[in-house]
Amino acid sequence: MATTAEPTTAVAQPKMVNLTIEGRPVSVPEGMSLLEAGKRAGVLIPHYCYHPGLSIAGNCRMCLVEVEKAAKLAPSCATAVAEGQVVHVYTEKALEARKGVLEMLLINHPLDCPICDKSGECELQDFTYQEGPAKSRLRDPKRFSPIEDFGGDVLYTTSRCILCTRCVRFMDEIAQDTVLNVSARGDRAVIGKYEGKELTHAWAGNVIDVCPVGALLSKDSLNKARSWELDHAPSICPGCSQGCNISIDTRDNTVIRLRPRPNDDVNKYFMCDIGRLDYRWINRQDRIEVPLVRRGESLAASDWDVAIPAAAALLDGKRVFVAASPNLSNETLHLLAKLVASAGGSGAYTVRIGPEAPLPGVKDLSLRADRAANGAGAEILGFKRTASPLDGLAKGDVLVVADADLSTATVDQLALPGAILVIGTTLPENLRTASVVLPIANYAEEEGTFTNLRGRVQRFSQAKAAPGMARPSWWVVGDVLAALGKGEAYYLASEVFSAMAGEVSAFSGMNYDGLGMRGMVVNGGAS
Amino acid sequence: MGYPQPSHERETPVLSKYFGDRDATSLDGWRKRGGYEGLRKALSMTPAEIVDIVKASGLRGRGGAGFPTGIKWSFMKPGDGKPHYLCCNADESEPGTFKDREIMRWTPHALVEGCALGAYAIGAETAYVYIRGEFTEPLARMRQAVREAYDAGILGTNSMGTGKRIDVIIHKGAGAYICGEETAMMNSIEGRRGNPRIKPPFPAVSGVFAQPTTINNVETLAAVPHILVQGADWYKAMSLSSPKSTGSKLFSVCGNIARPGNYEVTLGFPFKDFLYDLCGGPLPGRTLKAVVPGGISVPIQTMEEAEASKMDYEGFIEQGSMLGSGGVIVFDDQQNMVKQIARAARFFAHESCGQCTQCREGTAWTTRIMERIRDGEGTHEDLDTLFSIADNMTATTICVLSDSCAVPVMSGIRKFRSEFEALIKKPKFHPVTAAVA
Amino acid sequence: MTAAIHEHETPYQPVFVGDRRKELDALFPLYPTKMACILPALWMVQEDRGWVSDAAMAEVAQVLELTAAYVKGVVTFYTMYNQHPVGKYLIQVCTTTPCNICGAEDVVSAFMEHTGCTDLGITSADGRFTIIEVECLGACGFATPVMINEDVVESVTAARVPAILAGLK
Repeated sequence: MATTAEPTTAVAQPKMVNLTIEGRPVSVPEGMSLLEAGKRAGVLIPHYCYHPGLSIAGNCRMCLVEVEKAAKLAPSCATAVAEGQVVHVYTEKALEARKGVLEMLLINHPLDCPICDKSGECELQDFTYQEGPAKSRLRDPKRFSPIEDFGGDVLYTTSRCILCTRCVRFMDEIAQDTVLNVSARGDRAVIGKYEGKELTHAWAGNVIDVCPVGALLSKDSLNKARSWELDHAPSICPGCSQGCNISIDTRDNTVIRLRPRPNDDVNKYFMCDIGRLDYRWINRQDRIEVPLVRRGESLAASDWDVAIPAAAALLDGKRVFVAASPNLSNETLHLLAKLVASAGGSGAYTVRIGPEAPLPGVKDLSLRADRAANGAGAEILGFKRTASPLDGLAKGDVLVVADADLSTATVDQLALPGAILVIGTTLPENLRTASVVLPIANYAEEEGTFTNLRGRVQRFSQAKAAPGMARPSWWVVGDVLAALGKGEAYYLASEVFSAMAGEVSAFSGMNYDGLGMRGMVVNGGAS
Repeated sequence: MGYPQPSHERETPVLSKYFGDRDATSLDGWRKRGGYEGLRKALSMTPAEIVDIVKASGLRGRGGAGFPTGIKWSFMKPGDGKPHYLCCNADESEPGTFKDREIMRWTPHALVEGCALGAYAIGAETAYVYIRGEFTEPLARMRQAVREAYDAGILGTNSMGTGKRIDVIIHKGAGAYICGEETAMMNSIEGRRGNPRIKPPFPAVSGVFAQPTTINNVETLAAVPHILVQGADWYKAMSLSSPKSTGSKLFSVCGNIARPGNYEVTLGFPFKDFLYDLCGGPLPGRTLKAVVPGGISVPIQTMEEAEASKMDYEGFIEQGSMLGSGGVIVFDDQQNMVKQIARAARFFAHESCGQCTQCREGTAWTTRIMERIRDGEGTHEDLDTLFSIADNMTATTICVLSDSCAVPVMSGIRKFRSEFEALIKKPKFHPVTAAVA
Repeated sequence: MTAAIHEHETPYQPVFVGDRRKELDALFPLYPTKMACILPALWMVQEDRGWVSDAAMAEVAQVLELTAAYVKGVVTFYTMYNQHPVGKYLIQVCTTTPCNICGAEDVVSAFMEHTGCTDLGITSADGRFTIIEVECLGACGFATPVMINEDVVESVTAARVPAILAGLK
């Protein structure tokens, strides 16, 4: 439950329409489709061509329902609600019609579910199981069309296509780069493109997600897993400051793919290809798995009981400089900020910059130039944005490297600090002079929150286990603070969040559980 | 006028009076024959007055659906601040129908006049005439007529000196039966694939270029100037089945008939007389077996049904079919109905736009089964499957192309089942058995 | 083989230059959108080149501010745009039901026999003829209508075919 209500805008309340769907009374705004009204009433009307983020095509004819007093079955995606309407989804007439549609969709379909990546999350499978014909009456050879590479990450398995045109509409209306078309007509129709013009748009990969069947597949995740072997963790893409909501899909503790998760306020139903395909680093094997403490010339494997006091001893009474990664959670950054505050010193972060790539059909959605998830959070929590990560490091400081990328740091710069404490996922070559190294989980291995460029605070959850003894980053920093006697240890991200909300005005009034699926905007935030 | 046959005394030539008369194609020739008087009269009236006259005449759409023209026009609200459009449907592609072709070929100015009049009546300044690409000669004649009309000041910014702007623009189709469906035609004019649109919104609300639009058939528009000149009562009286079906109508007759061609008769004319008297009945030595009275999309009639039909909107329905576009296809005893129904199904499979599942898959599947039966490889279950597919294809899609494919199949199996069964019962060819023998 | 086929290999020469460009520009005021000129523009391409190549589609896309894929989607919808080079004479025989019952299939066979075309849609070895079956030409009372390039020949029977072909230079 949200502790602060969303600000009520001064938009006139839409007129409400009352109707009954499958015996369930429901009141919805005027102009809504029967299909959406059905969702509100808890009835999922089967459909293929309809997608809430796209225009209405009305071509699959799967969403036919019976409306009392209407002569013909109504396509529920293209029929607006009317006062007093009585809608039946599961009458014999409606079921027969949809069964007819399914039969037609299946006659030329290869029925190759055992080798299809979509199997298990395929709407054609689901609705056929639910209300399709058990047997085919086709006595003639099936139509066959070869597989085509659409470029980008997309493979088109023509014979599985049901011509719902969601992909064409996505590219046309949302990406506004009409690379796909429907070619030919009648039963010869296929999704086509112009030879040489590929699906290279930065957001083109979304056609894979909008495809309700196994026609458009990701080349990247092709044949990597059966869908039912995957675990799904709701998360936030760390690729840029947009904060697209995603699902991290893992199999046996390995990330297989990232997919967008709907959030009307941030990314609608979409995510860009850069974010989608940038996940291999999460699975990287060169991680630090145990705390390391310097013994003479070498870093020796240690234990948390030894390493935390060693880190505290290193910091005690010294000025610190924290080089923080802008991909750390608000929680971790908050605790690092406390470390800076208690020891004196400063903290900085550096954001990698890349080309912008907007998605024209959705307002304020873009692959942002700032290629980091939580620059806004770092800013709010008092870190200074710098062009080079060690700007502000003074001689004799204890340098705390909080997973920051220091690959550009010079040998001279790294010789400045009195000591180096690494709190990181990996130990790069140039940081092997560190005195203590504390292994932390990466963002997919812990939970926490990010603040996007519009100030929206959104939760991400743990998708896989951290390697070896690595611990969530906020836990590690909390332990160090506790060992210094400057704070308490935390065992839940929500506890850190509550503490932060109590201390930092931008987050005040927020509650970890209350962030919900859409997140909340920081006080004084921009969106 | 029974063009290309000589006129028959029982015809009522209004639209077809000058078919075959080369002189009528020019502007001067057309004026000599009373042309553009209807438009002149109309431009002196208010659009509402014109709509009332057309309403009173009882004129119904001649393209197939038979919707009352005056009522259709009254859906357009002049003065709503939006540009209005008239689209003239000259995409005549319904197999068996070739009346609009002859109107445009012989009396192109009749259509230009009808378009200008219709445009004025619905508050439009632009009329698009969508002519199918295969109609090269009608296209040339229409282009010539439009040019003449512009040169004479009939069209343009100051139509007939009234200060009213009326533009008529010829738009050439490119080979798609479905573009004869009004919403598909609008998409085609807009430069899109000719996919029919979901209704609502109806064209009068959001039509071509998302503006209020009326779509009328060639024959409908060509009839309007006559109504303006001679009055609604004249038109209404010119019918044997007034008031539901009024006026004269062109019927195209083709297939196995002695005198194929276009015939114009008053609605309500006895179909039996029409077939045997006007059209001359069967070819020598043959007998008629079946008739499709309104283009291939309407149910096939047995001769018994056909001979009992009155030629109007209601009369054909009473006898198990529909008036449709007035394209009469006659089959005689030499024809195999299974083969011809299979051919009709193939037509629809070829012409389906492919949007809706039932139509895209159903027309093709129906064709495959029909052709298999035709080739002697059918089974009794196939007939049940055909019925069931036809049922799935009826009243479930965006437009009626899929229904149209189901119609000849269902009516064909019902009325000529013995022909299907004869093919199914025929001994099957089996390569192994054949080799052994 | 034929000049048209060689167009594949030679560099593409744009259609919309000079008078053609003016002709197209004159169409723009007739419609509220440029997109509406796609059918007329494709007709101009076909009149000039005999068929609509992929390169031509890209040119149409460029002059109408569309994408090539969009134009291709439109071209492939309409059957009258030739997506391959055709013979000097494209012979389209209507074989839909009304003509079919009047012997249209015999007309097709006669054309095949007298032109040396081996199959429907396959241009004859001398590059002169391509024969295809078409759906209803809308001249059912004049069975069998045959469209030869831009002209419709009415009431064709198998017997008339040799004379018709002899009339084609």
